[in-house]
Amino acid sequence: MNSGQINHIKDQVFQYFGIFCTLIGIVLLLIFIGSIIVDGVQRIDWDFMTSLPSRKAEKAGILTAWTGSLWIFGLTALIAIPLGISAGVYLEEYGKKNWLTNLLEINISNLAGVPSVIYGILGLEIFVRTLKLGGSLLAGAFTLALLILPIIIVATREAVKAVPDSIRQASYGMGASKWQTTWMQVLPASAGGIATGVILALSRAIGETAPLIVIGALAYVPFVASTPMDEFTVLPMQIFNWTSRPDHDFVINAAAGIIVLLIITFLLNGIAVYLRNKWQSKVNW
Amino acid sequence: MKRFTIFLCTLAISVLLVSCGGEGAKDSKSAKSNELAGTIKIDGSSTVYPITEAIAEEFRTVGPKVKVTIGVSGTGGGFKKFARGETDISDASRPIKDKEAAACKENNIDYIQLSVAYDGLAVVVNPENTWAESMTVAELKKIWEPEAQEKIINWNQVNSGYPDAGLKLLGPGTASGTFDYFTKAINGTEGASRGDYMPSEDDHVLVQGVAGDKHALGFFGLAYYLENADKLKLVGVDAGNGSIKPSMETVKNGTYAPLSRPIFIYVSSKAVQNPAVVEFVNFYLKTTAAVVGDVGYIPLPDEQYTSQLSDFAAFVAKHKSDM
Repeated sequence: MNSGQINHIKDQVFQYFGIFCTLIGIVLLLIFIGSIIVDGVQRIDWDFMTSLPSRKAEKAGILTAWTGSLWIFGLTALIAIPLGISAGVYLEEYGKKNWLTNLLEINISNLAGVPSVIYGILGLEIFVRTLKLGGSLLAGAFTLALLILPIIIVATREAVKAVPDSIRQASYGMGASKWQTTWMQVLPASAGGIATGVILALSRAIGETAPLIVIGALAYVPFVASTPMDEFTVLPMQIFNWTSRPDHDFVINAAAGIIVLLIITFLLNGIAVYLRNKWQSKVNW
Repeated sequence: MKRFTIFLCTLAISVLLVSCGGEGAKDSKSAKSNELAGTIKIDGSSTVYPITEAIAEEFRTVGPKVKVTIGVSGTGGGFKKFARGETDISDASRPIKDKEAAACKENNIDYIQLSVAYDGLAVVVNPENTWAESMTVAELKKIWEPEAQEKIINWNQVNSGYPDAGLKLLGPGTASGTFDYFTKAINGTEGASRGDYMPSEDDHVLVQGVAGDKHALGFFGLAYYLENADKLKLVGVDAGNGSIKPSMETVKNGTYAPLSRPIFIYVSSKAVQNPAVVEFVNFYLKTTAAVVGDVGYIPLPDEQYTSQLSDFAAFVAKHKSDM
């Protein structure tokens, strides 16, 4: 056997190994989602979506949990998206390379790796106690916004960095100011990358439980929040609560809750991906 | 190039619209007018949570305008908020500690402790286990005490009448209140236990573990046994007065010892200024006996609820004048 054949065999082996590794992830995911759907799908109906919590599994619903999750999602997006994108653009387009921006850069990267429960403790001290927001939706949204800011900032910087310098030069050449160049050329050109980062970040926020437990999200809330100052619960908390009940019917409820959470996440991501694609196709130089 | 602005606006608007959905569904029960209103904030033990949730659910028909919220920060976490005056009622699976009581006093918060139900702890084995019908507290201690680690590994070491078979132990994780309570009752010191057992914070995992292994022994809340009685076998506990199995009767009359405990709610003196809280607590004491069975706990004898109702009335009268 010459070395060419050996290399060919190695190549083949590695290819199958690669396929095998990819399949492990996909198969596990399918088994996981499949078993949840089998357990929970028959439990999902209109009553389940519109009922308040109850001690009886068959009467219990997730109205306050899913509305709470949507509130948190919306408020977090409103806070984190403008802040994150602005910070990213500043660092990339305006910030001069000095010790301060270096320090900021290192810290932002580090923040992305801090465990989420730490953000919960920070949120509890700053938003809940010092700013006296209490265990409100707003305090929760601020805390989650902090949690996902590093992801949005890093994604924005990468996307802005990928815009070719010739575009900026051309824009300046046409007499555009820095603001006009950034707003009309750089941002539209990098919006695809930014949107991807935002989608990933918000998907993370909607599945978080630990920081919200710390700031005081509740397990039982019998009313739908009407202002950002109201107290709240979210789907992951309701699911967690149900999985710790002895009655097996609550475990089925939890599976149904997981399906609803997955659907909400897919829908919101779908909307964002659709907007991104629709909008990105308009960019052509 | 207005597209980007439009994109941002669309996103913001859709997010806002979506978050406001579902408004119309509330207040379905509030047609019946009632003067009781306001909010009642409750936090604390996840063990007590199912009872408080059940009471809050029933209370919706009595005071539909009262907003009752319940958190599950744990007994200790609940008392922290209670001592800061952030909650009106605290759920607790153990009595308040001196340190926590001192914190309340510092903030001028007086409180009343009300027991609401009994929680029984079940020691269980596999249904195929024919030898362990009953165990003494000393035998349980022999198995679970810290000194047993890596030494007591066979059933016949516990009792020479037991077969020569490996002992497989399962129990709640060290963070759980059930663990604290079992170790205190059996080993004498809270938290003192051997470490080489299979722990799980998820009691369903413990149930599966015992149900799937002939030589397994585990402990968890009685409610989990009752839900899975077909897969498990209950072990009687002998504290010197013969073997007693946990049941509604034996837990209620106190003969199932030492593995049964009362669980509590604490009401803040500041909260009783709010008539809704007073009404809620009265409702709690009057209704608990009827609902605790639904969630796997055991009611106190009736006269205890009655005497606590008058204790609470005295507490309210004493603090009404505080303001």
